[in-house]
Amino acid sequence: MNAVFLLARREMSTYLNTWWGWVILLVVLLIDGLLFNAFAISNKPQYSAEVLESFFYFSSGTTMIAGLILTMKLLAQERESGTMVLLESAPISEAQVVSGKFLGAWGFLMVITALTLYMPFLIQLNGKVSWAQIGAGYLGLASLGAATVAIGTFASSLAKNQVLAAILGGVMLVTMLLGWMLSRQTEAPISGVLAYLALYDRHYQPFMRGRINTEDLVYYGSVVFAFLLMSTRVLQARRWQ
Amino acid sequence: MIEVEHLSRYYGQHRAVDDVSFKIGDNTVVGFVGLNGAGKTTTLKVIAGLLPPSAGTVRVDGVDMATAPESFRKQIGFLPETPPLYTEQTVTDFLRFVGSLRGVSPKDLEERLPGVIQRCQLSGREHWVIDELSHGYRKRVGIAATILHKPKLVILDEPISGLDPEQISEMRSVIRDLGRECTVLVSSHILSEVQQTCDRVLMLHRGKIAYEGTERDMEGRPDSSTLVRIAVRGEQGALQAALKSLDYVREAQFTALDGSVEAVIELDGDRREDLVAALVMAGQRLRRVEDAHDALEQKFLELSREGAA
Repeated sequence: MNAVFLLARREMSTYLNTWWGWVILLVVLLIDGLLFNAFAISNKPQYSAEVLESFFYFSSGTTMIAGLILTMKLLAQERESGTMVLLESAPISEAQVVSGKFLGAWGFLMVITALTLYMPFLIQLNGKVSWAQIGAGYLGLASLGAATVAIGTFASSLAKNQVLAAILGGVMLVTMLLGWMLSRQTEAPISGVLAYLALYDRHYQPFMRGRINTEDLVYYGSVVFAFLLMSTRVLQARRWQ
Repeated sequence: MIEVEHLSRYYGQHRAVDDVSFKIGDNTVVGFVGLNGAGKTTTLKVIAGLLPPSAGTVRVDGVDMATAPESFRKQIGFLPETPPLYTEQTVTDFLRFVGSLRGVSPKDLEERLPGVIQRCQLSGREHWVIDELSHGYRKRVGIAATILHKPKLVILDEPISGLDPEQISEMRSVIRDLGRECTVLVSSHILSEVQQTCDRVLMLHRGKIAYEGTERDMEGRPDSSTLVRIAVRGEQGALQAALKSLDYVREAQFTALDGSVEAVIELDGDRREDLVAALVMAGQRLRRVEDAHDALEQKFLELSREGAA
């Protein structure tokens, strides 16, 4: 079996065979459910499309937080527990290690995300939303989740332990999220660059409203590629230390 | 055939391994010994493909580490002192994962697993979660994972550390058994263990090869001192203090055991009777005194002295 899928499968099974993965899964579903009940389904009259937009708005937050928590152990724990030597001594490249770990964590995050599907169906029961908006919203969540998992993987490759990985990942994520705020305080062309780099504001919101822009998909793909490449370089550099 | 040529490894300005060269034939068990900081672990990690060398080459059956790193790693099985295990997995799940990671096909894996489990004396524990296994069994799982892909060179770093006497005896037979199929490089600071399991010795000192050959070759070297091995019940500090006052004690190496201390002592000339009398007078509770005609330990002590000088 290809080493990347072997590592991804092991990572997925680690989440499913330990309390760790189940706790994250249950907490995310619980918070999503509570937020859906508290904000999306309010007494105020709303169009179904607005309710769905609200759902994708708060789901993005839980997806990002879950992505960070899932990734903090990816490489840092291997280093902490001494099992990194298994991967380093195997006839596989650092890029395969990083890709396998990324796919495993992202795959599990997508399982959690897929389990929230009952909420759009509830909206569909009491109103009418387009399947295209649901599909676009979930594509947005998948893209944002992939970017977050890639950022978390990079943080985990740098950190000596899981806690440090979570903090580092959090700082990187918040910095990328706040790009839109910084763009308003700066002048062109820097403001344009910062606005483009912002992880959420410009690139995620169209998905919530049912719009799929190639530019946004390219952006998230680039973020994933860049952070996974940096993670690979970190693993390669560590061999020389 | 393992060929190491002019191997050097730097950490910044510090040269941990300095122009090391040696060759090891097939099906040989080689003991890799040296004082702490001699460069053993660094050398082993470089040979295992975990660290790139700063200079030099390592080849296993003609496969060069630098030009074909992934093929090279397929030829190596490396077990560090603490076995790297995913403790939440069962023994067989873990072995299947490691085997697949090392490129063993599912068919070969299923064929080899029963043999490896039997050889590493894991029968009856195959379906146990690794977390529930004792330290000795974890070491065996580590060895099983190390040999599953049939490497040409197996590197074991301190394989008996933390094992009880029964487990040590079993580990010895596992290592000897491995030596029939591949080359085994065993790193250990317990010299008696190296003597019992290894065909040859490679001694490293300050990053260089200090000795290479069999222990018998080593014994041919002249030395005027006497080596005595003693065991006393009590603390290491008290024994050290008692020995310090004796001017004919040249060097001593201590091993703390459970409630007792074992020491290998090098004396100027043959002063064994004087040593025993002095220790009894000093209130040391002697349990055992024996000659330690031990070329390997002598050499070790020589290196210690060089280090202290």
